[in-house]
Amino acid sequence: MAKTLFDKIWDKHVVQQVEEGPSVLYIDKHFIHEVTSPQAFAGIEKRGLTVFRPQQVVATADHNVPTLNQHLPIKDELSRLQVQQLIENCKKHHIELYGLGHPFQGIVHVIGPELGITQPGMTIVCGDSHTSTHGAFGSIAFGIGTSEVEMVFASQCLLQNKPKLMRITIDGELQPGVVSKDIILYIIAQITASGATGYFVEYAGSAIRALSMEARMTICNMSIEMGARGGMIAPDQTTFDYIKGRQFAPGLARWDKKLAEWKELYSDADAVFDKEIRINAADIQPMITYGTNPGLGIAINGKIPVTDHITDEGERNNITKALTYMGLESGKALLGMPVQHVFIGSCTNSRIEDLRQVASLVKGRKKNPNVQVMIVPGSQQVSRQVQAEGLDKVFREAGFEIRQAGCSACLGMNEDKIPAGEYCISTSNRNFEGRQGAGARTLLASPLTAAAAAITGVVTDVRELPAVS
Amino acid sequence: MKPLKSIHSRFVPLPIENVDTDQVIPARFLKATTREGFGKNLFRDWRYVDNDESKPKPDFVLNQQQYSGEILVAGKNFGCGSSREHAAWALQDYGFKAVVSSFFADIFRNNALNNGVLPVKVSDAFLAELFTLGNEASLTIDVAAQTITIDATGTQEVFDINRYKKTCLLNGYDDIDYLISHKAQIEAFETQLQS
Repeated sequence: MAKTLFDKIWDKHVVQQVEEGPSVLYIDKHFIHEVTSPQAFAGIEKRGLTVFRPQQVVATADHNVPTLNQHLPIKDELSRLQVQQLIENCKKHHIELYGLGHPFQGIVHVIGPELGITQPGMTIVCGDSHTSTHGAFGSIAFGIGTSEVEMVFASQCLLQNKPKLMRITIDGELQPGVVSKDIILYIIAQITASGATGYFVEYAGSAIRALSMEARMTICNMSIEMGARGGMIAPDQTTFDYIKGRQFAPGLARWDKKLAEWKELYSDADAVFDKEIRINAADIQPMITYGTNPGLGIAINGKIPVTDHITDEGERNNITKALTYMGLESGKALLGMPVQHVFIGSCTNSRIEDLRQVASLVKGRKKNPNVQVMIVPGSQQVSRQVQAEGLDKVFREAGFEIRQAGCSACLGMNEDKIPAGEYCISTSNRNFEGRQGAGARTLLASPLTAAAAAITGVVTDVRELPAVS
Repeated sequence: MKPLKSIHSRFVPLPIENVDTDQVIPARFLKATTREGFGKNLFRDWRYVDNDESKPKPDFVLNQQQYSGEILVAGKNFGCGSSREHAAWALQDYGFKAVVSSFFADIFRNNALNNGVLPVKVSDAFLAELFTLGNEASLTIDVAAQTITIDATGTQEVFDINRYKKTCLLNGYDDIDYLISHKAQIEAFETQLQS
């Protein structure tokens, strides 16, 4: 029978099917971090259990860590205790920890792929909804709650209902100035922030095939922002080339065997999906959000919807509430609107390619004096690469501030917050009320669009930015 | 987990769609290392002006004394966004035993069930009717029968829950109890996976 990519991986990992209930799904890799793991460790200890397969768990500290002076003790007491607890728990349960100061430390969804831990055909979970990122390698990867973290600790398994499957096919060529962040913001704007709830999404088509691994990760990362538990892309030569030679990638002795397995990971030609969506890549413009969920996005040169024209009462109320919070007007354009902050970072867009894109745009320019620009690389490895390529010099000359690795202003658990009422163009993934700090107003966009705004101080169409004189 | 068989209570209406878990419990309150005490920060930034407990926002429903009960009734796509289970813990700690909506985000639904907080998915029409009821109206939720009833009118809907989860709720079992009782099978599966 024809199978989807998802089916092939899922079926191979089902230990048992509970009658009229979920499947017992075996988990290959479990990433943990300081914020959603302490109660899970406490939970298994209370039951008198130990971590069942500690060698399949990898830990890092990323969510609440400071992005300055990481060599010093963390100032915030609660954050310090939480990170300390992670260190103690990992030690006690024999779990590998890439904590502060470790050369592999970084945002969990950045380090898994860059270390070659994330591989095709795996089942991967983490107590973080952006675990969907790892699906870019052709794995089933999804975010879980802390009780589920505890389940994986206890048994290396989860009880899961099989989701419905959706395929989003994007064919054609992207316009200049349009990057993978724009693709995913476009998709979410089309199908809404709840349009893929209950589904697992496979991204396919020539426009996806043409993307680098890092660009694919950006797309899979934001699958959760349309409600999908996860997103995935069939592995291909781009995937295999990316993995080969990485720290924890299969070595030469096992490479050929693994590669042969990975090459079987695709949706069969006649496989059936519960829902299919087709998109023409040429229709996608650089995107920006205006509202308080990632589905409220428009083309950079577009206009905010006119609320009076929205017939659905619930949606009209939603958008009206969002515009009030954002201090924006129905029917108006965003182009030319002043912004006070630019944040380039997060598990969505903090990889070396993102920072190269930003550097190529800002080289030889200065930031607008009214804008504060913060660049937070996704990992220590990305930071070192930035320096090796001299991008840090480009950023400093432009007046950008470069920080140390962590989740930072994406969710404002550390000191990196946007002040109430001020606007931030952010390469992160969520524009929820208060996400970047109480009262902060977030406009989600690509690294290119964020960099363009850093230069001009206003919302800018990157395609219209004049060449460096 | 405590068994949950039925709930008979008034309800708190929150007719807002796409309530994300950052609103339910903002990230700055996720630094605790225990599951307790999140209720006081439930909907923190919607509840108070400038994060100040002495300045409740009078138009927010949790600050309106005429509304109370063990059931939260919210607009569609409740619990979207972050996977933080702290959202379920905050609702439970505040005193909610069930959330009623016409649509739930997947991770929140699982998190709620894993803590014995019942997500009750109803039709758009039923949800709309709940929002028209006054603050004295009460509901009865029967887990075994999978029904939710408006007490005054007898209007009833059946809600979906799989048999396994229903058994867990009624008896207070959780998934870990189930999984660790299947360790031998899991080990056998691992052996087969490696061969």
